[in-house]
Amino acid sequence: MRRSILAAAAAGLMLAAAPGATPAASRDLTIVSWGGAYQDAQRQVYFRPFSQATGVRFVEDNWDGGIGVLRTRMQSGNNTWDLVQVESEELLLGCEEGLFEKLDYSRIGGRDLYLPEAAHECGVGAILYNFVLAWDRTKFQGTPTWADFWNVERFPGKRGLRRGVKMNLEYALLADGVPANQVYATLRTDAGVERAFRMLDRLKPHIVWWQSSAQAPQILGAGEVLMTSSPNGRITNANRTERRDFGIQWAGSLYTIDSWVIMKGSPNTNDAYRFLNFASNPRVQAQLVPLIPYGGASKGANAGLSPELLAASPTNPANLSVSLMIDDQFWLDNLDKLSQRFNAWLAR
Amino acid sequence: MAHVAAIETGKAAAALMRRARKAGHGPKISAALLVAPLLLFVLIAFAAPIGSMLMRGVADPEVAPVLPRTLAALQGWNGTALPDEPAFAALVEDLRTARAAGTLPLAAGRLNHDTAGLRTTLVASGRRLAAPFEGSAREAVLRADAAWGNVETWGAIARARGPYTDFFLLAALDLKRDAAGTILPVAEEQAVFRIVFVRSFWIAGMVTVITLLAGYPLAALIATARPAVAAVLLFAVLLPFWTSLLVRTASWMVLLAREGVVNHALVALGIFGAPQQLLFNRFAVVIAMVHILLPFMVLPLYAVMRQIPPLHLRAAASLGAHPAAAFRRVWLPQTLPGIGAGCLMVFIQALGFYITPALLGGGADQMLPYFIGFYANQTVNWGLAAALSLILLAATVLIVGLYGRLVGFSAVRTS
Amino acid sequence: MSAIRLGWWVVSLAVVVFLVAPLGVIIPLSFSEGSFLHFPLPGVGLRWYRALFASEFWLAALWNSLGIGLAATALATALGTLAAIGLWRAAIPGSAAIMAILLSPMVVPSIITAVALTFAYAPLGLASTHAGLVIAHALLASPFVVVTVGATLSQFDRTLLRAAAACGAGPVAAFLRVMLPIILPGVVAGAVFAFATSLDESVVVLFLAGPSQRTLPRQMFAGLKDTIELTILAAATMLTLLSLVLMVLVRVLSARTARARAPVPEAA
Repeated sequence: MRRSILAAAAAGLMLAAAPGATPAASRDLTIVSWGGAYQDAQRQVYFRPFSQATGVRFVEDNWDGGIGVLRTRMQSGNNTWDLVQVESEELLLGCEEGLFEKLDYSRIGGRDLYLPEAAHECGVGAILYNFVLAWDRTKFQGTPTWADFWNVERFPGKRGLRRGVKMNLEYALLADGVPANQVYATLRTDAGVERAFRMLDRLKPHIVWWQSSAQAPQILGAGEVLMTSSPNGRITNANRTERRDFGIQWAGSLYTIDSWVIMKGSPNTNDAYRFLNFASNPRVQAQLVPLIPYGGASKGANAGLSPELLAASPTNPANLSVSLMIDDQFWLDNLDKLSQRFNAWLAR
Repeated sequence: MAHVAAIETGKAAAALMRRARKAGHGPKISAALLVAPLLLFVLIAFAAPIGSMLMRGVADPEVAPVLPRTLAALQGWNGTALPDEPAFAALVEDLRTARAAGTLPLAAGRLNHDTAGLRTTLVASGRRLAAPFEGSAREAVLRADAAWGNVETWGAIARARGPYTDFFLLAALDLKRDAAGTILPVAEEQAVFRIVFVRSFWIAGMVTVITLLAGYPLAALIATARPAVAAVLLFAVLLPFWTSLLVRTASWMVLLAREGVVNHALVALGIFGAPQQLLFNRFAVVIAMVHILLPFMVLPLYAVMRQIPPLHLRAAASLGAHPAAAFRRVWLPQTLPGIGAGCLMVFIQALGFYITPALLGGGADQMLPYFIGFYANQTVNWGLAAALSLILLAATVLIVGLYGRLVGFSAVRTS
Repeated sequence: MSAIRLGWWVVSLAVVVFLVAPLGVIIPLSFSEGSFLHFPLPGVGLRWYRALFASEFWLAALWNSLGIGLAATALATALGTLAAIGLWRAAIPGSAAIMAILLSPMVVPSIITAVALTFAYAPLGLASTHAGLVIAHALLASPFVVVTVGATLSQFDRTLLRAAAACGAGPVAAFLRVMLPIILPGVVAGAVFAFATSLDESVVVLFLAGPSQRTLPRQMFAGLKDTIELTILAAATMLTLLSLVLMVLVRVLSARTARARAPVPEAA
């Protein structure tokens, strides 16, 4: 009772003190992606042309991923995001927990427009891409593998990895000689998880952690690390725009699909659908690849790419065949447990 | 810059109150009316939010409304063996209701803070048990997820009964209760907070000592130099003092980068063979914090030293005291209040640093505030964030109180 | 000069260099025509300042910083000045406790404030709004106004108010005509402190602001986490310049306050 009086008083005072308070419903369509060169490319290919074509005003934000961030936004009631680009396990977890709107595919061209694995009930594919091992050719001759990545005695220097548990356990096992097709089977056992953490333990003093994808080419270019994991597009982009000479190891890379989701209760659902509809056009998607080589998720998005562009593209069969698809089901079941362990491990 | 007037605050506040008391029987009502708007503003918009946030550290409201039947069935359960069939049946009922109402994730999230993996257990069991089944509830539940065969899973639910709990405070000290209610240390690989406490106090202490060692001679120089020299030196202290904390953190990032000024200079001078990694480690955090907090040490020291008549040292010297002895016996004791005030201010602020370690430190250099932010913003573990806040706030208040008791704030009053 | 004295000077000057050097490095770097983080500069020019003013993100951040700062300053100065006068006017029961509450926003670690305000303001629809941020910054800034105005008032001669009353001036007129002109430098200095506090605030804004409320520190934080571009240093230089102006302003004002001391010794 006392609390509710207090809350009412607080609300009264704040409204009195703040006549300019804008109700959340009137905000502009807020689009959230991964920042840096990728979001710059998206702005050029999707956001601005969409806004010009429809007159819908938008604001941008960026994030580094993490289902907890989305959970916090929904539970605290402080969600200002409408359209968010999420990773695959965030899509599954968030969908199950009711964080996202269920999509009405009839409003965005029907399921058949998209690659089958990119049409989920809560999210529609945005890009298909790989997390690769990248290195600076001017400082390292040859083509390193994950085993070389772990071999700091032979190749002294720091290593860049993403701050988070997903993918690092996979890399650790690949470095320890587990065949790609056995990685998730091994991780499903306690001994496999122990083995991966033991590998990470060995490398820990040499790791520089990156959080936003833009940091990966940054620390590589600045010489902070000799090698790093990175989304493939950032590396190719740095080679093109900053004239870097970074190499990409496709073998042992992990590929996945990022999706667009509409946050539950968004006041801008209508505009969000209009955006998804605009972004689903394969001809629009094809314009992204020359800027940053991420594959589109609509059928036919990669038709007509030049051989040069195709070589750097994740959807190139030669690249796809040597990479491992991230096992969403494994992470759906284990992300919470392993994240907690990883965070405690990291803080020590 | 955020705490720019902090130094003046203690003494000015005290003076203000002294004056207020002296004023005697003035128009108290109009005075109260003048104070009321700000007082209410701070109470409602600041103190109430802080209080209600700290309450989350001992409140446990999530599970009770979602699993009411299960909790009722677990009433009186002793936590040594799996509960009986009615508890399983109640769980099935609760899971179905909660899944239909969409409230299951809330309870699942809370139980996951207790035992990592329980979120998955609850949500997946809810999905698998949604359809009708034959036979006993117990068998169906155990088929849905093997975790239900573990006594501790039920213990987690029973512990989250609410409305109040010591769970988060215990967790903040790397402790937990088992199903029978005994307090145990958490598993080695999950224990992190005691390390973080020690680390936070260690970093704050190190920064305090370094700022004292670096700030003392400078403050003494400003206090005793010719006015023109003192003005220039004081400007050198005040300029960074007024500069944004983020600007100063950014400048250290630029200075210490692999291809930054420091590395470049040291390689050019032949001190380093190749650029070294100077960022994202303890060194970077401490050096930037020392830089940011040094003015908070120099200014109170200077304020105290300014009051010491130069005559005292000269008198000691003329009486034949060795300069070192004169310093130790005459000068140093008179600067103790300044040392106390400076150390207090630096230590307390260092303990609350968030931005600088986040940008300049690695995973093992993060202090208590980082974890408060992390649990509040990235894992929805608001109870733990609140419990950690409670400990940080208690430490802050305790240190201030201890200082007031031992040294007294009046000693800081210098003007 | 004795060896001790020489050593003392050397250590002190080293500390001074340590204090000033970071600013001495980033300000020249921001005028680089190239994009390296070290000297020598490949050329001197305004490249990064042009980039700053061409970027809609930085411009929005600049306007947000100024707008939120000014609004928070107005709120904090109005409430803080009244409260300081109230505390000065008469002894209120529990004034020590009141003072502790009024100053508490300055003492509570900023991360706790940030998280608590976000939790409390979100259900009221105030999180991720300009209004919410103005309230938060006004809270953080108000102690500085209370303290600064209070310090000025301690020099104010009470008999002046009595004289005004004797001449038939009502309390409001006495305040406006007699008291305010004398304490104005203190009020303005408090406002400058308040503005500086809001301008520098970087933790609360990290939690409480949405993408439409990004301030300069918030934008700098995002930039530092991504790619360190020299645009950040251009923004940092501008912020530093602004801080310098505020610092000089406060010094000038405090000098004026000192001059404005009441000529008659206080009748207390």
